[in-house]
Amino acid sequence: MKHIDLVIIGGGPAGMSAAVAAYDAGVRDLLILERDSHLGGILQQCIHNGFGLHRFGEELTGPEYAYRYEAMVEERGIPAKLNTMVLDISPEKVITATNTEEGVFQIQAKAVVLAMGCRERAKGALNIAGTRPSGIYSAGTAQKFVNMKGYMPGKEVVILGSGDIGLIMARRMTLEGAKVHAVCELMPYSGGLARNIEQCLHDFNIPLKLSHTVVEIHGRERLTGVTIAKVDENRRPIPETREYIPCDTLLLSVGLIPENELSKTAKVPLDRVTNGAVVDQDRQTAVNGVFACGNVLHVHDLVDYVSEEADIAGRSAADYINGLSADAVNVALHTDGKVRYTVPQRITKKKDVTVFFRVSDVFRNVTVKVTDNAGNVVYSRKKPKVAPGEMESVTLKPEAFANATDLNFALEVQ
Amino acid sequence: MYDVAIIGAGVVGGMIARTLAAYRLNIVIIEKAHDVATGATAANSAIVHAGFDAKEGTLKAKLNVRGSEMMPLVCEELGVKYRNNGSLVIGFSDEDKATLQTLYERGVKNGVRGLELLSAEALRALEPNISKNATCALHAPTGSIVCPYELTFAAIGNAMDNGAELLLDSEVTAVTAENGRYTVTAGAHTVEARYVVNAAGLYADAIAAMVGDTSFNIHPRRGEYILLDKEMGALVSHTVFRTPSKMGKGILVSPTVDGNLLTGPTSVDISDKEDKSTTPEGIARVMKEAGENVEGIRFGATITGFCGLRAVGSTGDFIINNPRHGFVNVAGIESPGLSSAPAIAAYVADLLAADGLALEKKPDYNPRREALHAFREMSMEEKNKVIAKDPAYGRVICRCETVTEGEILHAIRQNPKPRDLDGVKRRTRAQMGRCQGGFCSPYIVEMLAKELNIPYEAVTKFGGKSVVNFGKTKETL
Repeated sequence: MKHIDLVIIGGGPAGMSAAVAAYDAGVRDLLILERDSHLGGILQQCIHNGFGLHRFGEELTGPEYAYRYEAMVEERGIPAKLNTMVLDISPEKVITATNTEEGVFQIQAKAVVLAMGCRERAKGALNIAGTRPSGIYSAGTAQKFVNMKGYMPGKEVVILGSGDIGLIMARRMTLEGAKVHAVCELMPYSGGLARNIEQCLHDFNIPLKLSHTVVEIHGRERLTGVTIAKVDENRRPIPETREYIPCDTLLLSVGLIPENELSKTAKVPLDRVTNGAVVDQDRQTAVNGVFACGNVLHVHDLVDYVSEEADIAGRSAADYINGLSADAVNVALHTDGKVRYTVPQRITKKKDVTVFFRVSDVFRNVTVKVTDNAGNVVYSRKKPKVAPGEMESVTLKPEAFANATDLNFALEVQ
Repeated sequence: MYDVAIIGAGVVGGMIARTLAAYRLNIVIIEKAHDVATGATAANSAIVHAGFDAKEGTLKAKLNVRGSEMMPLVCEELGVKYRNNGSLVIGFSDEDKATLQTLYERGVKNGVRGLELLSAEALRALEPNISKNATCALHAPTGSIVCPYELTFAAIGNAMDNGAELLLDSEVTAVTAENGRYTVTAGAHTVEARYVVNAAGLYADAIAAMVGDTSFNIHPRRGEYILLDKEMGALVSHTVFRTPSKMGKGILVSPTVDGNLLTGPTSVDISDKEDKSTTPEGIARVMKEAGENVEGIRFGATITGFCGLRAVGSTGDFIINNPRHGFVNVAGIESPGLSSAPAIAAYVADLLAADGLALEKKPDYNPRREALHAFREMSMEEKNKVIAKDPAYGRVICRCETVTEGEILHAIRQNPKPRDLDGVKRRTRAQMGRCQGGFCSPYIVEMLAKELNIPYEAVTKFGGKSVVNFGKTKETL
C-alpha cells in the first residue's frame, strides 16, 4: 500500500484551496483525488459571474475562479488523480479508490481533507403527487445540460425553490430563450442571496411566489404542466389557491445536501443540522487527522468563504502532519434555535476563532449574543437584518473562551 | 411465421417466453411500450408470497405456492437477486388474531411450509422495530423478495439469447384468425403465428375481445408506493404485512433486494388504464400506515413515490384458459402474480401442449443468463479482475449507487437492450440513488446517444415524447 502524508478528497474549490494551503505550510507529499475529468468541481458549470469579490477583489466567473486555483495547484506541482472515485475511507485513514488505469487501489494517509462538496435535494423527498414524466430536473442538472453540454432541457419553465442555483438558472434559461413562468418558494422568504433575487428574477420580470409550492405534476410522457398552491403558516397547501401552469419543465432548487457518504465510512460524527461533520476551529473532525471543508462541511453561499475555510483545513492538516499544536481548551458551542448551527461546533485551541452560523428565519433588528457557561456575555453585536440565505460570522478572541466550557450563540430579537 | 406470439412483455409474458424458448419454437414477444416490464411489472410490492393468502382450490393458491417454490432456481439460473427474508403478518387486536389463525389454517391447506403464529415477544425478537402496539403475528419463513423488472429483463433476455424475438413500440390493434393461423397487427408489424398467448396485462380483455372472447374484463387498481433510501433499508429484515381486514390488505413495509425500504401499496379501483399518478391522499395513507406498522421510518429519506396499476380480473381468480384453438388467455394476473409467474409459465406451456403445440426440447437451449455484475458488490480482487479485462469498470458514473461505465455499457449491449434513461436505470441502478440521476443522467444520455447512434436530444426518459432535451442551445431560440 502507498503511503502519502495528505490526501485531499475532491478537487473542487475546497479541495484545491486546502491543497494549496497545506503545500504553502510545508506539506510536500500530498495528492488530490477527483472523480471528474477536470479540477474545479461544480464551478466548471457556473459560467455566471459574481465569484471572487472577497478572495481576489474582482468579479470572476466560476470557471475563471476555478482556473486561478488550478494554476496555483499546478505551479506548486501538487499531483491530482482525475477520473478517480474514492470508494471508501477507513477510520484509520486508508483510502480505497478506483480509476480506469490503476483499477482499485489503496493509500494509507497521515491526514485526510474531506472536500467532496454537496448534491442537490432530489424531487423524491418532496413527495409531490402526480405523474412521473420527463422534464423534471434539479437546477444543477439543467445547468449542466445548458452550460456544459450545450442542450436545452426546457422551453416553458417553472422553478420550485429559490435556492441560488434555481435563481441563477431562472436567468440562464431566460437568456437562452426559455420562458420562466414563476419561481415558487415554500417559505415566506427566499433561501437565495438578495443580489440573486435582484439580478436573476427582478431584472427579468420573473415572479417570485413566496409561500407557494408545487402540489401536482401533470403529463404522461413529457411534463405538460404543474399545479401550484399557496401554503398556510404550517406550510400546508391551501386548496382554494390551486393554480395550473402549463409548462414543459420543472426545475428544483430545494436545498443542498453535503455529500458525506465517505465521511460515514470513516466513522466521522455528523451534525444533524448541517449534515456535515462536527469540527473544531481547525476544521478537524472527531476522527484524528481527518479534516473537512467547503460544502461537504456545511453549505456556503459564496465560494470565497469555501476557499477561506479550506485554507484553515489545509493549514491545520499541515500542522497535524508536522506535529504542531497550541494551548488546548475544550469548549462546546451551542445554539438557541434562532441560530440554527455554528461551524465550528467546538473550540479546542486558544487562538482567534471565527465562528460561522446561519439563522432559522428572517429577523430584523437583532442582537447576536454569545454567552459563556458562567453567564458572561462574551460577544454582542446589533444587526439590522439576518436571513437564512446569508451566512453570518463572529470572530472571538481567546480571552472570550479561555476559561469557558460552553458558549451559547443566540439572537435577541427586539 | 412464428409458432407462438406472446402479447405483453411483463413478468408473465417474459416467463412464458423463457419457458417456451427451451423448445424448438419460433417465438415473438410483442410489446406496445418502449421497453419491457413497464406495466404492472414495473411497480408492485416485489414480493414472492408464501401462499397463505389465496383461497384454497383457486388457481391463485395453486400457482402461488408452486411458483414460489420454483422461484429460487429460476433466479439462480437467470442471475437474478432473490432473498428469502421471510414474511410477517402483524396483528393489533383479538380480531386480528382470529384472522391470523384463519390465514394460518388456509396456508397449511395450500401447502405452505413452516408457518407459525407468534406472540408479541417472539415477534419483537425477530423484528425489534415493529410497532410496540403489535400483539401477534403470522410468520411465513418461505416468503421472499425479488425485483420484478430485473426478473423480467433476465427472463426475456434469456428467451432472446435462445432465439426469441422482441418487438417493442408495437401496440396490438387487431388479431384475426384464418386457416389455422393468427395474424396480429402490432404497430408497424404484421405478425403471423400458429399460437397466440395473451399476456397483455391491463389490456388482456381488449386483446381477447379481438378474437371474440368477451367472457371477462380487466380494470385497473391503483397502488401507490414510497421507496426509501438505503439508510432505511435495514429497519426490518422481513416483509411486514398488516392483518387484512374489511379495509383491505393494508400497507406493507419491506426491504428490497437492492437494500432500500419499500412501503405501500394503497388499493383504489379506478377506470383509466393509463393513470399512474400518485395522489396526496395515497401518499399520506402510505406514510401513516407504514409508520403505524414499523417504528423509525423517516419519510424525509424518500427516494421516490410511484404508482402501479394492478390488472384486476372480473372473476376474482387468475384467468388462464384456452377459449379457442391456438389462443391462450393469461389475464387478471394481480397479486400473487409475480410469485406465481414461473408456475403460470409452466401451466401455459401445458395448455399449449394440450392444444396441439409440439414441445420438443432444443438441444442447445441454455437456461442461464449472465448476471449483470454489480461493481459495488464485488470484492477488491474481483473489481481489479474486471477492470483489468475492461477498464470501463474503473470509471464510476453513478456516484450514489456506485455504478460503473462498464456495467452501463454491458447493460446497453445485453438483451433486452435498453433504449432510454429509465431502461438503463432499471437495469443498472444508475440514477436510482439519492440524487436521482442529478449528476449522472447527462453522462448516460451521452452514452445512450453514442451506443444507439442517435442525436443527443433524441434520447428519452422512457420513449414516446419523454425527451430529455429539446435540442442545442441557440437552436431553440
